[in-house]
Amino acid sequence: MNTLAKKRLKSIYAHTILILASILFLVPFVWMVSTSFKPITQVFTFPPEFLPRPFQWENYIEATKYIPFWTYTWNTAVITGLSTLGVVLSCPLVAYSFAKLRWRGRNTLFAITIGVMMIPTQVTMIPLFLLFNQLGWVGTNLPLIVPAFFGIPFSIFLLRQFFKGLPDTLREAAKIDGASEWRIYWQIMFPLAKPAVLAVALFQFMAAWTDFLGPLIYLTDEAAYTLSLGLQQFQNQQGSQWHMMMAVSTLMTLPIIVLFFFMQKTFIRGITFTGIKG
Amino acid sequence: MAKLETGKAPRVRVSRKRSNESLAGWLFALPWIIGLLLFFAYPLISSIYYSFTDYSILQSGKFIGLANYRELFQDELFWISIYNTIYFAVLFVPLSIIFGVALAMVLNMRVRGMAVYRTIFFLPTLVPHVALAILWIWLLNPQFGLVNAVLDWFGIQGPPWLGSTFWSKPALILMSLWGIGQAVIIYLAGLSDISQEYYEAAEVDGASFLQKTFYITLPLLTPVIFFNLVMGFIGAFQQFTLPYTMTQGSGSPADSLTFYVMYLYDNAFSYFRMGYASAMAWILFVIIMALTAIVFWSSKRWVHYQGD
Repeated sequence: MNTLAKKRLKSIYAHTILILASILFLVPFVWMVSTSFKPITQVFTFPPEFLPRPFQWENYIEATKYIPFWTYTWNTAVITGLSTLGVVLSCPLVAYSFAKLRWRGRNTLFAITIGVMMIPTQVTMIPLFLLFNQLGWVGTNLPLIVPAFFGIPFSIFLLRQFFKGLPDTLREAAKIDGASEWRIYWQIMFPLAKPAVLAVALFQFMAAWTDFLGPLIYLTDEAAYTLSLGLQQFQNQQGSQWHMMMAVSTLMTLPIIVLFFFMQKTFIRGITFTGIKG
Repeated sequence: MAKLETGKAPRVRVSRKRSNESLAGWLFALPWIIGLLLFFAYPLISSIYYSFTDYSILQSGKFIGLANYRELFQDELFWISIYNTIYFAVLFVPLSIIFGVALAMVLNMRVRGMAVYRTIFFLPTLVPHVALAILWIWLLNPQFGLVNAVLDWFGIQGPPWLGSTFWSKPALILMSLWGIGQAVIIYLAGLSDISQEYYEAAEVDGASFLQKTFYITLPLLTPVIFFNLVMGFIGAFQQFTLPYTMTQGSGSPADSLTFYVMYLYDNAFSYFRMGYASAMAWILFVIIMALTAIVFWSSKRWVHYQGD
């Protein structure tokens, strides 16, 4: 067999494996989308039917009226947008300081940061709730936004690994030209770290967009609810509105899919693990 | 003289630069230093204190010593929730590593259309957990669920899944495995870090696919596997959203899906027993720390770093 034929055969194998596995991962998702177009009666047929009969795109309109969909979307977007901004502003700055600047206490502080990653959120959850309660923040979205501006250990860790991989000569050259530490960071290092910053931003975006426990604890007023909390309202004493629930779930998932599809290369490049030992 | 001057002048400049750098370092790290004190150190310390008090939001804490801990050890639901959580973690974490690594290797092949494949495998991670939970209740429904319908094609009578105390936890593990995309992304990054030279050298020596996998890929991936193992255990012990939404907080059937953090949440925010819940949080912390320590300790035997 010549090399070209060998290559072709190899690629056929690869695609077969990939397609078979894809189906397994795709089925539940496709099911969600197809259910979102079904009439509620068809949801409970056995054996399950794949194609909606009739095709009810009105489910989407009904669903957005059943719960205050646009209000919840806006609330979710505000929390997600601002907390992602917070992470992008704070984490690279701190990570850069840990990776490239020499100062006393740096290594101790970094070790503490790694330790903090191991603390389950539940340990800090109750005192934080009591603290935010005293500040009068419970019932507002501030507890879900403000902490991001002070840095998140996992993101700091990831970004530090990335900055470590950038050559020191860049810094030295800029210093000889008389650039200040801030200028070196903001005009040279931050732009170079873009893939890693994007990765961290996407992680935060996803976490905030789909967060459930945080909003469940802190948002008391229904007008301030997020989409995650809103989804629960389709399950009630009168029965579950599966078709509408799936419509909102589909709407909620779409923006992240689009984001991931276009960013996945940068995303993977951003998470480099050379020197994971720290 | 000239020699001394040239030797001295730069040294002064260096030390001034050093102190500038030192100041910049502190200032750059300042947000995190504040964050660390405010959002980690302070709550951590107060959580220890609260765990020794009878604390509800309505009345301020009364110091009661070890009473919370003593009560916990006699609390049946506490033990049930620990059992459920460990059951889940012990099965889910190793399975997620095996499937995750295999999947990452498949997604690391060089073929056309990889962006689409990768997005497909990442899809379940992108679906909000609440939606995921609700979708799966229905996929696993014994009467009109898709899973049992598929099993039916093969002549297999599907189990009642979430209706049975025996099958409810395996069902949750199955659902969770479907969402391992995040770990896979990290494995992928690890795979792309492995230098191609190793494979080229092995191919010259005529190594088979399995040999390359077991002698190159897996050993060099161990730092990433280690990272995901630690993160996986931490995550598994904090299992909350899926079982909480699926059971609407009840952990049914018969508390077979009452997980540790669900019970902790109930104590804190349904019964307002903040002190009791704080004691639970600390026990969780100790368990995770102990497990992490074991994993770290064992890592010396099986984690290899490139260049070692």
